[in-house]
Amino acid sequence: MSTTRPSLAVFKFTSCDGCQLSLLDCEDELLELARAVRIAKFAQMSRALVEGPYDIALVEGSVTTARDAERVKEIRASSRQLVTIGACASAGGIQALRNFVPAGSYTGVVYAHPEYISSLATSTPISSHVDVDFELHGCPIDRHQLLEVITALLAGRRPVVRGYSVCQECKARGTVCLLVARGTACMGPVTRAGCGGLCPAVGRGCFGCFGPADTVNTGSLAARLRRDGMQARDVARLFKTFNAAAPEFRVQSAAEEAAGEEGRG
Amino acid sequence: MHREEVVEGSPGGGARFAPGDAALVAPEGLDEMLAALARLGYETSGPTVRGGAVVPGPVASIEDLPAGWHDEQSPGRYRLEHGEDGSLFSWAVGPGSFKPELFPPVHELWQARRDGEGRVEFVAGRGSSRSKKRAFFGARPCELAALSVLDRVLVDCATPDPFYEGVRRGAVLVVAECGAPASTCFCTSMGGGPEAVAGFDLALTELTDGDHRFLVRVGSALGAEVLTLVTTRPVTAADVAAREAVTERARSAMDGRFDAAGLAELLAGNIEHPRWQEVSERCLACGNCTLVCPTCFCSDVRDTTDLSGTVHRTRSWASCFDRDHSYLHGGPVRVSVASRYRQWLTHKLSSWWDQFGTSGCVGCGRCITWCPVGIDMRAEAAAVCSPASPARHDRLAQPEPRRPTGADVPAGAEEKEALP
Repeated sequence: MSTTRPSLAVFKFTSCDGCQLSLLDCEDELLELARAVRIAKFAQMSRALVEGPYDIALVEGSVTTARDAERVKEIRASSRQLVTIGACASAGGIQALRNFVPAGSYTGVVYAHPEYISSLATSTPISSHVDVDFELHGCPIDRHQLLEVITALLAGRRPVVRGYSVCQECKARGTVCLLVARGTACMGPVTRAGCGGLCPAVGRGCFGCFGPADTVNTGSLAARLRRDGMQARDVARLFKTFNAAAPEFRVQSAAEEAAGEEGRG
Repeated sequence: MHREEVVEGSPGGGARFAPGDAALVAPEGLDEMLAALARLGYETSGPTVRGGAVVPGPVASIEDLPAGWHDEQSPGRYRLEHGEDGSLFSWAVGPGSFKPELFPPVHELWQARRDGEGRVEFVAGRGSSRSKKRAFFGARPCELAALSVLDRVLVDCATPDPFYEGVRRGAVLVVAECGAPASTCFCTSMGGGPEAVAGFDLALTELTDGDHRFLVRVGSALGAEVLTLVTTRPVTAADVAAREAVTERARSAMDGRFDAAGLAELLAGNIEHPRWQEVSERCLACGNCTLVCPTCFCSDVRDTTDLSGTVHRTRSWASCFDRDHSYLHGGPVRVSVASRYRQWLTHKLSSWWDQFGTSGCVGCGRCITWCPVGIDMRAEAAAVCSPASPARHDRLAQPEPRRPTGADVPAGAEEKEALP
């Protein structure tokens, strides 16, 4: 039986490891998961390594070095299903802030010896380099969604992972809208569901961790925030976090920064 | 229904009542009423203050009710303020309705698994186990109207929803008539009003002229049974006049806010109006309007599996603003936000009549207040029904602008046209 179990491998690119830890965070389901799949490669769990090819590859992190760009192609070639996990792998991550500035601008600020650093000018999602079978969003991903994707792949069905807004999760759990009832800046209306409406439920506006929803109107939300008195540069910051390089958010932060410049000029 | 017979009150309860009777109850009498509901085995939901809004929650005594709280509502904005008056019902509906009690946001319908011999076994889902004996306390007349709209959709049909029907049939409805409509309220335009007319077990009207008291009208035998357990006083002609003044003041505040005459036909005749495109440039397609609406009933049924191989069939709320809501083979039918907004508004105000014989809108105003960008559907409906400039009628037929991809999307690259 064990020889026929599908194999699962976890790969890491530029990232914080938080998303792959979501797999270990599936405490109640972990043993069941280990019975359903053969965990062939997962450095956070075991140094044991089974050579590929793999049935399911979970890929965390963004591509930021020339070596990354090569390695992602090798992983694709040895994986039947490739699932990206998290904002880095699916949208470029927080490190994609480098995409907005001249190459090397941050290296000198962050590293004592930038001369040892060899990296690309941009941080890009896995899908910019290879075909991806499924993208899980979030910073970090939601472990229930991760289990759902793995379970669905094992059953040969489509994962039930929805692309609507965080607002739908707030309403389903009965959270009163922070934007309407308190005037709190909230990215919920333009952000993909998946977290369960976590932050608004504790009184904090949505950070946009899951990136753009299926349908977004970032311009209209930004206009509302500015009507409430928020400065354009602050609105830009809302769109420039973990999913800064997601196309819809990137366009809006650029527009807000341009408006901010104009306002000062 | 409006018979207001003066009957003898009775301290400590004990007076006999029948549908159509009325009595006067002090604020402490509401405590007795809530206790009576609990004693009769009902799980009571009523108005509570949570998260800066009046929303339904568990209520056991008048301590749980929003004493002294007043709301201020406008498109995209809601604020609560605390006054010192101690009134319990001086607010208009907040974002929550009683809909989730009857039609839960996520409801597991059943599970299925295969036994050792390969036989499939079905078991009831986790969503079906809650008690169906509920009391909805302090429901507004617009909530009542919304439930009667939902009844037509979910019960008076070929395949009634057993969960909804079970809760609905067993529920006690204690209505609080409206004395403080918000600026977003327009029930009088939609055939409703601040008065409870039918379909309630008990109807309260809060009277704050002179001593703080409630005029309670009995709408059913069950309501009579509950009121029997409450300390009452007889109603005087002055109390009846005070109640009329409260509801009349509420009615005149709302009158003329929205002209719904002929709207169903006008909307149906303007499906290519340029306003649909214009409103879609403001609409977030976030779905909030549909989720706060007390009559929106769309749901999505999905099957999932777990690692043990058990299948779970789950029904969840769905919104016509989701891209996937109109997904058919190969892709969604309503691609543009304009077509989704049009679907929602024309369904509420126009095609609902064709489908169910009523309006889908009761005028509660939730979709206006809780739209994060403050789109007022009254203004949109009025604009669509006004003479149009035909110049951009073909735009709805065009596909949604392609989502930007790749790293090189220039700033401000979204296609935006100047409004006509």
